[in-house]
Amino acid sequence: MTEASTTTTTTHLMTINMGPQHPSTHGVLRLLLELDGETITKAVPHVGFLHRGVEKLAEYRTYHQCIPLTDRLDYVAPFSNNLAYALTVEKLLGIEIPERAQHIRVLLCELTRIASHLLWLATHALDIGAMTVFFYCFREREAIYDIFEMVSGARMHTSYIRVGGVSRDLPGGFAERTHKFVMEFPSRLNEYETLLTENPIWKKRTVDVGIISAEDAIDYGLSGPSLRGSGVNWDIRKAEPYSQYDKYQFVVPLGKNGDVYDRYRIRIEEMHQSNGIVQQALNILPKGDYLARIPNVTLPPKEDVETIMESMITHFKLITDGIHPPKGEVYASIEAPKGELGFYLVSDGSSHPYRLKIRPPSFVNLEALPKMIEGRMLPDVVATIGSLDIVLGEIDR
Amino acid sequence: MPMKNEDLAALIKTKFPEAIMSIASFRNELTLTVKKDAVAEIAQFLKKNEALDFNFLSDLCGVDRIETDNVFDVVYHLYSLSKNHRLRLKASVSPDAPSLPTVTGVWKTANWHERETYDMFGITFEGHPDLRKILTPEDFEGHPLRKDYPLDGRQPATLRDIYRKDEA
Repeated sequence: MTEASTTTTTTHLMTINMGPQHPSTHGVLRLLLELDGETITKAVPHVGFLHRGVEKLAEYRTYHQCIPLTDRLDYVAPFSNNLAYALTVEKLLGIEIPERAQHIRVLLCELTRIASHLLWLATHALDIGAMTVFFYCFREREAIYDIFEMVSGARMHTSYIRVGGVSRDLPGGFAERTHKFVMEFPSRLNEYETLLTENPIWKKRTVDVGIISAEDAIDYGLSGPSLRGSGVNWDIRKAEPYSQYDKYQFVVPLGKNGDVYDRYRIRIEEMHQSNGIVQQALNILPKGDYLARIPNVTLPPKEDVETIMESMITHFKLITDGIHPPKGEVYASIEAPKGELGFYLVSDGSSHPYRLKIRPPSFVNLEALPKMIEGRMLPDVVATIGSLDIVLGEIDR
Repeated sequence: MPMKNEDLAALIKTKFPEAIMSIASFRNELTLTVKKDAVAEIAQFLKKNEALDFNFLSDLCGVDRIETDNVFDVVYHLYSLSKNHRLRLKASVSPDAPSLPTVTGVWKTANWHERETYDMFGITFEGHPDLRKILTPEDFEGHPLRKDYPLDGRQPATLRDIYRKDEA
């Protein structure tokens, strides 16, 4: 009989690489995880795999040519990106835009919020293992994309919003189709909720996971649902209303614990609220111009271009030379589906932006990821990334 | 009620009479240009002062103004969640020694923003805990958002150059 030898235990940390090719990193996020058993001791995100130099490209384009670049930031919420950029240029120019255009913008941005949150819910649930939700969400998202296609001619890269308004008026049949969607959608949302909200497996994976306190959330610059999950009441639509948001009735849902589950509840409730805003917008939608008529900023009406010489010249000048805003610098931000999306624009008076800085919500939100997962278990990483709703297109720009 | 821009500016000016170099307002946005060495101190004050309460750093970025003024600007966009007001802080650094104090001690979110500014402009932030490149690849040379950096890039070999040089 030999006595049990005293074994010396050594703690051995293991470093593993997660991504950039990994289904639940939502694109090309790479995480270097240092593990002690299954506990994460350190997490280091690496980004930049999708860097396309959007800010550099913008310096070589006219103000209108930058709009398609913005589509490709958060590519699941193109209208919001277009809007944030257009608002920045409009602020720089100091122009007012017609009411109809503003309400069209609100309508489409809220549909975008729903589409973006649907993609989030679909992939988030899929990451955690609930596959059915994915199919349901994509069914509704498809309906929204059909509406986008009807309005702008494109499903993803819409480039619909222009400096001074929108590129064309809403097509015939738009109101009926959107109305049909809006009427159906709340029941669909309830359907998703029956699959998840009280589901014990879902709750085990999300409640008390990826917690961040309100104080930390502000310190890390979180915004959007990720911030409100921690109970901080800040929504730019309420705090600094743009595009007539002050005329709409809606509630900003808040969480308590700042965990994955709270962020889930908030986004679900936001979809309800957005649906309500779309409904109100359909009722409010005034008649009038969809594009401000400002010489040297917006294109003249097509029929004028075809019949009046001066209009044709203006059109030609605007297309070839672009807008010349005054010298100066402005910052404008909106409540995009993922948080504060801001553009900082420096103009030297020429037809190109001198400097265009994009403040993407996902970039800042992702920065807080290590704080949320360090000391937690490996499977929590997937749940937490999902709950931050990041899109690498706008992180890497 | 948000404070008026003039009151905001006056309050900061009385606290830092030396360090504030200019106060400008454009499209109702307040911009303070400050001495670069005082940035961290001013940032701390802006955050801690109860009337100002700039607890949220929205954005931090660089601007290349070498052609006109031979400086890089570092621009901070601040916001107060409780008071609902905004402020733009600017500091200029010389291109010969582009460096200024970090504000990571004031707002944690500054970490990645400063890394990005370092990556894009080569501006270093003294006291930054982990000043690495963030968006460009490890072997990338240069700082792409500087105006003297060409749009096509300066990387010597593209895949086309390496694998398809006979086709041209």
